[in-house]
Formats: sequence, C-alpha cells, structure tokens
Amino acid sequence: MDWTWFHKFGSPPHVYRLAGVLTPWFAWPAVAAILAGLYGGLVLAPPDYQQGDGFRIIYVHAPSAWLSVMIYATMAAAAFVGLVWRMKVAHAVAASCAGIGAWFTAVSLVTGMLWGKPMWGTYWVWDPRLTAQLILLLLFFGYMALRAGIDDLGRADRASAVLAVVGLVNVPIIRFSVDWWNSIHQAPSVMKLGRPTMPMDMLVPLLLMLLGFTLYFAAVLMVRLRAEVLRRERNASWLKEAVL
Amino acid sequence: MTPQPRTSALAAASAVLQRDLVLALRRPSQLLQPLAFFVVVTLLFPLGYTPELAKLRSIAPGVLWVGALLASVLALDSLFRDDAADGTLEQFVLAGQPLAALLFAKTAAHWLLTGLPLALMAPVTGIALGVPIEAMPGILCALCIGTVTLSLIGAIGAGLTLGVRRGGVLSSLLTLPLSVPVLVFGARATELAITGGSPSGALYLLAALMVLGLTLAPLAAAAAVRIGLE
Repeated sequence: MDWTWFHKFGSPPHVYRLAGVLTPWFAWPAVAAILAGLYGGLVLAPPDYQQGDGFRIIYVHAPSAWLSVMIYATMAAAAFVGLVWRMKVAHAVAASCAGIGAWFTAVSLVTGMLWGKPMWGTYWVWDPRLTAQLILLLLFFGYMALRAGIDDLGRADRASAVLAVVGLVNVPIIRFSVDWWNSIHQAPSVMKLGRPTMPMDMLVPLLLMLLGFTLYFAAVLMVRLRAEVLRRERNASWLKEAVL
Repeated sequence: MTPQPRTSALAAASAVLQRDLVLALRRPSQLLQPLAFFVVVTLLFPLGYTPELAKLRSIAPGVLWVGALLASVLALDSLFRDDAADGTLEQFVLAGQPLAALLFAKTAAHWLLTGLPLALMAPVTGIALGVPIEAMPGILCALCIGTVTLSLIGAIGAGLTLGVRRGGVLSSLLTLPLSVPVLVFGARATELAITGGSPSGALYLLAALMVLGLTLAPLAAAAAVRIGLE
C-alpha cells in the first residue's frame, strides 16, 4: 500500500494548504447545521413539561460539554502522535486544540450555571458533571500554562504532550471519582429524577447542534492550525512562495 | 555496540534510594518543613472555624487530606531541582540504566521522607480535630496508600517543570487537578473510619490508584525528565 498520503501530513506546506482548502467545507455545513438546529430547538420544539422553555439551553450546553471532552481527547491523541512519531504538525494541532477546548469547557460551565439558576435555584451546585467540567478546565489551563512556561518550542511541545497523555489517562478516573463522590454526598438532583426518552422533535435539533458544533470546531481548528503553522514556519522559504 | 552495564537495574535503583536517604537525613531541617506545614495548616482550622470538636470532626477528613495534599505539593520542589542543578540527573540519564527505575527509587525515597511522616503525623493532628482513636488505623492506612500516589503524580509534575523558571507554582497547578481522585477516595475512607463505617471499599479504590500509579507514573516521569533536561 502506498503511504505517501499519510507522510504528507508531516509536511507543513501541505498541511497549510490542505487546512486552507478544508476550512470552508467545514464552516458552511457548520453554519447550516447550527441554524437548522437553532430553529428546530428554539422555535419548533415544544416546551418541556417540567422545565418549560428553560430546557432550551441544552442546545448550547450539551454540544459544548460534548466538544470539551472530545477536544481534550483530540489534543491528547495529536500530542501522542507528535511524541511517538516526532511529527511537528501533530504538535501544532495539539497546540491549536488547547485554546478552543478551554473555551468550550468554559461555555459548558457558564451555560450549566445559567441552567442551574431556574432548575436548582442557585447558580452553582456541586453537580458531578459541573464539577468534572471544572476540573477539565483546570487541566486545559495547566496544559496551556506549561506550554507558556517553556521558552524552547520543541521542548514545550513534548513536555505538554506528556502532560496531555497523562491527563487523558486521568480524565476517566476523575469522572468516575467525581460521580462516586457525588453519589455519596448528594440526593439525586432534579435533573436525575425523571430522564424520559427525548421526543423526536427535541432530539433531532440537539443532534443537529452536536453535528454543527463539531463541524464548527473542525473549521476553527483549521484556521488556528494555519496560524500556528505560520508562526512556527515564519522563517521557512516555502512560506514566502505560498503567501507572497 | 553499547557496553553492558555492570550493575543490575535493581542494584542501581537501591543505590539511588540509599543515596537520597543519606543526603536527606544529613539535612533534617528540610525534612521537617513539610511536616511542620501540615501540622500548622491543620491547626489553623480550629482557630479559623470553631473549637467545637463535634463540628471539627465533621470536617476533619477534608482538612487532613487537603493538608496532606498541599504539604506533599510543597515538598515536590525538592524532588528533582537540586539534582537537576548539579548535573546528577543528567548522569542518571546517561547511566545506561533504565531511567524509570532510577526515578522510581528517587520517588520512593521522597515518599519515605515526606509521605510516610505525614501519614504518621495524622493521628496526632487528628486528635486535635476530635477524631476518635478507633478511627486511626483506617486513617493511617488511607494516608499511607494515598501519599504514595501523590508522590508518583508529583514526580511527573516535577519532571515536566524542570526547565521552567519558578516551576513550583506551575507544578502544583499541573498536579492538583490530577490528584482529585486520591483526594476523593482518601477523604471518603477517612470519613468512614471516623463515623465507624468500614472504609475498605474506598481503601481498595485508593490502592487501585496506587497500583496504576506505580505501573505508569515512573515511565511518564522518565519521559518528562528526558524532555526537561534537553
């Protein structure tokens, strides 16, 4: 089998070009899916019989919570590839993921808190999922702080990659321990009381939003990856030909 | 061909362990600092919260574990820093022995000098927090197991921040979120021991974390130290 297509991913000019080509292919479907999902979720879907219109924040909250974990996994996978095969572009992918992941984690936390106000009567409850998101945010911050703390780019790449991989091993353990901790210390909250299966007219917009957010992440990742490659290769000769 | 090392990895590791213990015991004041920190932090709670033993007893698990966590993070700074500064760590990398084994020995020495004394001190501070004597075996057990994991996670953090100026704060920022499971299981075991329940379930989970840490953490620490020394 011919592996050149794979080895091409190791080449910054190729990745730079490819990311540029792919950006609109991710961005436009993302816009379409998010608009359709928002219309379905905010207009077409009926209000929830318990939560009224308050539940509609799920259309932002759930996709960002899903993305925060997914981005951490993507970041760690890219870091692992960079660590094992010494692929510089993979480190650039991991570096571009960190900021986006931290933002989505923050969005899921804030929307979770806003949702908590009408549901629990307070902005913050030590709900296991909120707590786990908070720790995930700290993991992202640690990753970014370590990256910022080391001046040499190659060393920052590899040290933060080790941290990302260690964190990936730890994330499921943290989730488990926080669930376990919560099951002891708190009565089941409102959210857990009844979890009826979602009717289709609520579920379909949610799935559309999930798809849209994921595509949006891919598009932003491509843009940030291009910026990261530009920053890293600013002295390379191919860049002059590509940009000028 | 690379020359075969004359000593086995086990012998090298035990030599490192011995060296670290001897070095540390010659400077006992440095040993006492994390311990004193732990005692002071624990004893601030009665002053800052309430002297009522019944109330203190209810927060004792959290106080003991947060105190232990902070003291062990504080002690991390000394784990690799001196050896990195005088080149010993570089010699470890070049020694032809598995670096993970040597670092594991260093971590073990670190635990013997900080984690174990912390655990042994806990009954004393526990009494000050109104913890009944019957709870002491469970608490001692939980802290002994838990501090091993804390030292192992800390070794990764200390290795990663080797090349960073003022890495102490950064390494605690990296280590503390990773230590959450130890805190959760440890505090739960302590709470069960205090309220008279059986802490074995939480202790098993703590021990599982320790085994996982013993298996993987030295490898990660070795990778981190290699990168930090470049």
